[in-house]
Amino acid sequence: MEPNTQQVKEEKLYRQMGMTDEEFEFAEKSLGRLPNYTETGLFSALWSEHCSYKSSKPILKKFPTSGERVLQGPGEGAGIVDIGDNQAAVFKMESHNSPSAIEPFIGAATGAGGVLRDVFSMGARPVALVNSLRFGDLTKARDRFLFKEAVAGIASYGNGIGIPTIAGEAQFDNCYSTRPLVNAMAVGLINHEDIQKGRAAGVGNTVMYAGATTGRDGIHGATMSSAELTVEEDEEFPVMQAGDPFLEKLVMDACLELAKSDALIGMQDMGAAGLSSASAEMASSAGYGVELNLDLVPQREEGMTAYEMMLSESQERMLFVIEKGREQEALDIFDKYGVEAVAIGHVTDDKMLRLVHKGEVVAEVPADALAEDAPVYYKESKEPDYFKEFQAMEMTEPKVSDYKETLKALLGRPSIASKKWIYEQFDTHARRNTVVAPGSSAGVIRVEGTNKGLAMTSDCNARYVYLDPETGGKIAVAEAARNLVSSGAEPIALTDCLNFGNPDKPEVFWQFEKSADGISAACLALDSPVISGNVSMSNEVNGQAVYPTPTIGMVGLVHDLSHTTTTEFKAAGDVIYMIGEADLAFGGSELQQLLDGKITGQAPTIDLEVEAVRQKALLAAIQERLVSSATDLSEGGFAVGLCEKVFASNGLGANVTIPGSAVTALFSETQSRFLVSVKEEHIEAFESTVKDAVKIGVVTDDEKISIKNKENVMLIEGTVEEFQTEWEGALQCLLNLED
Amino acid sequence: MTKVNVYVTLRESVVDPQGTAAQKALQNMGYEEVKSVRIGKLVELELDGTTTDIETRVDEMCKELLVNRVIEDYRFEIEEA
Amino acid sequence: MKFAILVFPGSGCDVDMHRAVHGVLGEEATLIWHTDAKRLVDYDAVFVPGGASYGDYLRPGALAKGSDAMRYLREFAQSGKPVVGVGNGFQILAEANLVPGALLQNKGLKFQTGTSKLIVENATSQFTSEYTKGEEITLPFAHQYGNYYVDEETLQEMEVNHQIIFTYQDEQDHGSVAKIAGVINKEGNVLGMMPLPERAVEEILGHVDGYRLFKSILKKVE
Repeated sequence: MEPNTQQVKEEKLYRQMGMTDEEFEFAEKSLGRLPNYTETGLFSALWSEHCSYKSSKPILKKFPTSGERVLQGPGEGAGIVDIGDNQAAVFKMESHNSPSAIEPFIGAATGAGGVLRDVFSMGARPVALVNSLRFGDLTKARDRFLFKEAVAGIASYGNGIGIPTIAGEAQFDNCYSTRPLVNAMAVGLINHEDIQKGRAAGVGNTVMYAGATTGRDGIHGATMSSAELTVEEDEEFPVMQAGDPFLEKLVMDACLELAKSDALIGMQDMGAAGLSSASAEMASSAGYGVELNLDLVPQREEGMTAYEMMLSESQERMLFVIEKGREQEALDIFDKYGVEAVAIGHVTDDKMLRLVHKGEVVAEVPADALAEDAPVYYKESKEPDYFKEFQAMEMTEPKVSDYKETLKALLGRPSIASKKWIYEQFDTHARRNTVVAPGSSAGVIRVEGTNKGLAMTSDCNARYVYLDPETGGKIAVAEAARNLVSSGAEPIALTDCLNFGNPDKPEVFWQFEKSADGISAACLALDSPVISGNVSMSNEVNGQAVYPTPTIGMVGLVHDLSHTTTTEFKAAGDVIYMIGEADLAFGGSELQQLLDGKITGQAPTIDLEVEAVRQKALLAAIQERLVSSATDLSEGGFAVGLCEKVFASNGLGANVTIPGSAVTALFSETQSRFLVSVKEEHIEAFESTVKDAVKIGVVTDDEKISIKNKENVMLIEGTVEEFQTEWEGALQCLLNLED
Repeated sequence: MTKVNVYVTLRESVVDPQGTAAQKALQNMGYEEVKSVRIGKLVELELDGTTTDIETRVDEMCKELLVNRVIEDYRFEIEEA
Repeated sequence: MKFAILVFPGSGCDVDMHRAVHGVLGEEATLIWHTDAKRLVDYDAVFVPGGASYGDYLRPGALAKGSDAMRYLREFAQSGKPVVGVGNGFQILAEANLVPGALLQNKGLKFQTGTSKLIVENATSQFTSEYTKGEEITLPFAHQYGNYYVDEETLQEMEVNHQIIFTYQDEQDHGSVAKIAGVINKEGNVLGMMPLPERAVEEILGHVDGYRLFKSILKKVE
């Protein structure tokens, strides 16, 4: 028996749903009476952090979200930016951290599925997937299991639905041990006139449901994802529904066909908080109400209550509104694809979300109260002690005795090593438009029917963010933009997935606040607004938070596909240039982690003006077709960057001379730097376009890497093969460790 | 209602890398006595009870869809409920 | 020449094939939804594209075999006109016994994407006349069930009949018997192959060695 209204209050049952006493009172006030059990469930789900952003809203407001190209900013399923020719790019990044920590295959797979629905619910056809992964350092069996399964899960969904994964990144650090971060980004394309929104407008219009049946799986997923994980032996795992990419493809194709019809008023996917959030948000955003007859909801289990149906997070379900009288047109489309679709309600003018079950009204709540009126918290923020301590530390150059062995050790670190083990499991070329597949700075996809491309990347060096959240936030955005520029694209907008610890801890909230400041500053400096995003809080295990990880997913426009530039050297004799010199930047570096086993000190500094100038100059040179290859310098510094350019080329080598102190020149992670190669005949034009480029050497055909200092002392010398073996085999080697 | 369990296994001549991987894992976990693992699947059918010639019908189902005889063998058990 | 691309629910690479045949080769190509398969008879050749028809449930390709469309595809194949299945399309043709053998899970047990070097074993087939025998070509692949299996007896028969069209030259054979990558039926008008020629027809996307496969078919029909 479901508890009655009095019991909900007296026995404080709302607490089990993740609501505080104050929130319950607030709900009571906004309703003007006590909410019953089902209504309390609606409030708790819609007012969860995941749906309402109640703790993060004051911070998210700081982000620049407008710009010439922005057609849709945050607030809908996905953001939309104009890319010219009446076309637009639609994208969004989302986390699926909690489910992936419990059942990584299903968690990661359904994460990809959810973000794809966000994109096609806007009427856009998804054209590419990007993923950002953070796992423990793979020395523990549990982390290896989580990692392998999550990658397989992403692969199964993306490959199954036939959408290529063309970019991504993976970093490994023990702060993510047993609490991985699995962030997925989907990018779609749309013509302006086809843009759909999640709106339930027009009195009498029909609310329809399509896709999978509703089961008891994932009830209260939205509140769960806002909770910490406690690790207990032999804990009973909640039931999770496996993702069904096959069904999702059919639902997607049907929805995209429906989006072309003017009978469609609005569409939204049933993601977090399922039917509750889809119906309340669609009604609220249109200024109407919705009445649903829950008897009509397709159910996969017997005897489901209104509460269970509203809070189920069964996958692959869509809610949409059709002009009254034209329901058959929608039904015919879904029927063609063999997808179940059914009318379950209608739009009203009273702005209420009203639920009828077995002939009785079981819930009646103002849609705005659910979707708009969640309490907003201004959380306490406090600078952590470690920050002052780190800031006060003096920067010194680490002692390295053997440069060559150190380089090899860096190349074998999982965050730097080749990620081929991951991406060769993805169908990177499905739909036949992939111009640059994973393995370069950014992925590039052709915009079908044009000579343009979309470049995409995801980035975040969480170590920097931990050491100095504001600087780290800036760097995350700048690095993403650098990757796009290196690929020949103009950065146009970004999405984010803000992964943090428990926001009730003032130190964690401070990290959140400061990194958002950094992101905002970089967005302004680099002219790339935030158009969508996601917040994932309470990423903690046994009270220990992960590094603050505000992952940036960024999209750039390749104006002409002939501008597309990749990492690898192209031909012997090409001249190698370094843009930006190294200084002491070892706080949070791979070298520091390697030598000390921990990170301390100051994050690398970044001057956003210098960053913007260099990016513009390099992009201009690329667009004038003066650059043969380009890559930004990031984790591991110059030596690692040079190696990556050689590894990806076939049968080439490099002979360079670098200025400054050896350890700094080789391994420092100074920001705003690039490494490029230029054909002999373009040298003059290139140098006049990129003023601060310094010639450091040439591409050779001897398959050797040699790095000298200005005094002509050989710092590192070896065959490409001896370095490449370390780099290529490292991930597989770690994963082969016996459990 | 009649219940039929169809057991589908890989033919002996077909290598089963999944089974080999599981065998290795079990041995690593200390179950050294495991000399072979072959992984197959179980298909549970519920028949409405109107079929008279269950054995022939199920055999046809196996041959036509449930089993690929190039790579798989099968057997089935019929349980009267 | 009129190409039909037979689309089952989940056949995600139908667009890939359409873009290659229509967009790049400039030939007439029509996506035929499986429920319209009786129209196949109006076309000169049928492609069964890759993807994951019916979610790869039961066995990849198995559930397509059970659909009504298969009757029309069989009739089309029996009429002697060319049929090509790539990736999941090969799995469908093998399940339906339109070509010999079966596809098992890759020996590495994982989905694998990459490019393979192949040897053209038979350059007299209607699908390979634009290649030369023994030629090495590079084609992309992307599959989890690309491990070709056939019993010894059938294999010998296939060798005698020159039914083996492509073999893997490199180590990326996924465990396939005799390193087989592509085969034809005895009559020579049905081709099944795991590598994806439609993804290798444009320089900008990296590879072009698939182009001549389509050219071979065009030459035969015209």
